[in-house]
Amino acid sequence: MLSFLPHIALPPTPALFAQLLIGLINGAFYAMLSLGLAVIFGMLNIINFTHGAQYMLGAFCAWLALNYLGIGYWPALILAPIVVAAAGMVLERLFLRHVYKLDHLYGLLLTFGLALIIEGLFRQYYGSSGQPYSIPDGLTGARNLGFMFLPNYRAWVIVASLAVCFGTWFLIERTRLGAYLRAATENPTLVQAFGINVPRMVTLTYGFGAGLAALAGVLAAPIYQVSPLMGSDIIVVVFAVVVIGGMGSIVGAVLSGFVLGLVEGLTKVFYPEASNTVIFVVMAVVLLVKPAGFFGRTA
Amino acid sequence: MAGTQPARSPRQAGLPRHWRLILGALLLAAAVAGPFLFYPVFLMKALCFALFACAFNLLIGYVGLLSFGHAAFMGTASYITAYTVKAWGFEPLVGILAGTAVAAVLGTGFGWLAIRRQGIYFAMVTLALAQMVYFVALQAKFTGGEDGIQAVPRGRLLGLVDLGDPLAMYYFVLVVFLIGYALVYRTIHSPFGQVLKAIRENEPRAISLGYRTDRYKLLAFILSATLAGLAGSTKSLVFQLASLTDVQWQMSGEVVLMTLLGGLGTVFGPVVGAFIDVGMENYLAQYGSWVTVIQGVIFVVCVLTFRRGVVGEIIHLAQRVTAGRTEAPPPAAVAQTAPGE
Repeated sequence: MLSFLPHIALPPTPALFAQLLIGLINGAFYAMLSLGLAVIFGMLNIINFTHGAQYMLGAFCAWLALNYLGIGYWPALILAPIVVAAAGMVLERLFLRHVYKLDHLYGLLLTFGLALIIEGLFRQYYGSSGQPYSIPDGLTGARNLGFMFLPNYRAWVIVASLAVCFGTWFLIERTRLGAYLRAATENPTLVQAFGINVPRMVTLTYGFGAGLAALAGVLAAPIYQVSPLMGSDIIVVVFAVVVIGGMGSIVGAVLSGFVLGLVEGLTKVFYPEASNTVIFVVMAVVLLVKPAGFFGRTA
Repeated sequence: MAGTQPARSPRQAGLPRHWRLILGALLLAAAVAGPFLFYPVFLMKALCFALFACAFNLLIGYVGLLSFGHAAFMGTASYITAYTVKAWGFEPLVGILAGTAVAAVLGTGFGWLAIRRQGIYFAMVTLALAQMVYFVALQAKFTGGEDGIQAVPRGRLLGLVDLGDPLAMYYFVLVVFLIGYALVYRTIHSPFGQVLKAIRENEPRAISLGYRTDRYKLLAFILSATLAGLAGSTKSLVFQLASLTDVQWQMSGEVVLMTLLGGLGTVFGPVVGAFIDVGMENYLAQYGSWVTVIQGVIFVVCVLTFRRGVVGEIIHLAQRVTAGRTEAPPPAAVAQTAPGE
């Protein structure tokens, strides 16, 4: 598969596949997060800077539930997104709805401020170091695929994120509710005139996006450590993913998330020093050749 | 991304002239007397950040471009100055010029890329590009990674003045700040600045009037990056340190906060915002992460209820007082921020 790179000494295959797997896992998180950003942006016209904090909140909810309430991984997978979604809807009602009529930048600044508050509070109480969260019992171990070992939990994350992405796509593109949502994105006044409560839809959309971020956070908890900084580390990369993909389409957000995760994984094999920066370099190149992004509607 | 600020009539030009002269004289006197009343390092830090915020405000306040990656320019310049002064024994002024020049080059590249997108995409592009600089600074050899470049000698300015003396260093920083501030002021009040404001208000109209707005935006971006670099270079000599703090995205957020708090699109607002923010960090340092929480709260409050910022609010008040004496102008329909000069 790599015959187009004949001059580079091929690393041993297991290492290559291991890095590709890590890339695929990272890509799964990029995809889920940029998907949430795209859904929120479509409806609210706001770039949700709090997204990283909500991802962190999801992971922390699972960790807190396990350590203080004895609630395990599987219930947390349902509960944490609901809690974070509810908190998100409260934020939307209290703060975000006041900036819809202002310039987009105020939405960015407001959500940035909210992210600072949430992260600051968690850093104050839990420090900057990560807390371990163990893999749930049913998913420990790994299976031998012949060419590599695939840890069960990682396989589950990839399957789960694909399911979440497909579910969201189906909900928005193929259901009646999704049709209302897309119509309200195009022309909220008209949709309101048809008797649909658009402000409530906006609130629910924000809650849905926040819940999606939290779900990604719970999935991430056993892989990365649960730390107050985990959100801000990933959100900047996700922004670059969003610039590359454009926020016009759900398929675009998901596809660019996975592809860029893989690109990052490949870079780790062939030129590890650049693995942190490769997504930003790709973004710069995309800006040069296709300024609107690959799936962008408008610049 | 037209419409960061609403259109306004020429009469809303800011404080009356004699007020401005008196205020300016008072502030200058305070700046000269400052080191005898306050801890000089605190004042120098505040002045560096004030210059940084003024540079940033040139973009957001007058062109309507929100850069979320200005730390890249400040941090890069700070590393270059620290390295050239320490490792190559550059004279401090030459070191500062070197750092500023590199920031200008970087600004040219980033600006060229970023102005291809508008609005929030512009913010995300600049943030991502700056994060790239952060990772380079983290991994490159010459930056010293997590340690940064420490114990940078301040040296002798032009071989004459020993900058190791806090007072000499303070007045040097003050002069650098005043030069930068004057440059920003001149830019804003020049025909070039008028075109920038036209782009902010309505870019398609500026294009239809025959202005190549991309060139104006790029020039403004380069100028802003250069001045941010000047602030970073000076800061590295003040603290004798260049570290990752200067290139982190938190720094980019902080300069947004200073400008927003002081007043977007007011010439003096960023200075006020910088002094408040640096003062707050100074006095609340022992409360750890609460500083971050407070900064977040300030963001939220500013966006929701205080979009004019401190200086913008004062100008607005002064205008209402002076306008009340003659005839009250009708308030703008959706006044988001009241820009003043």
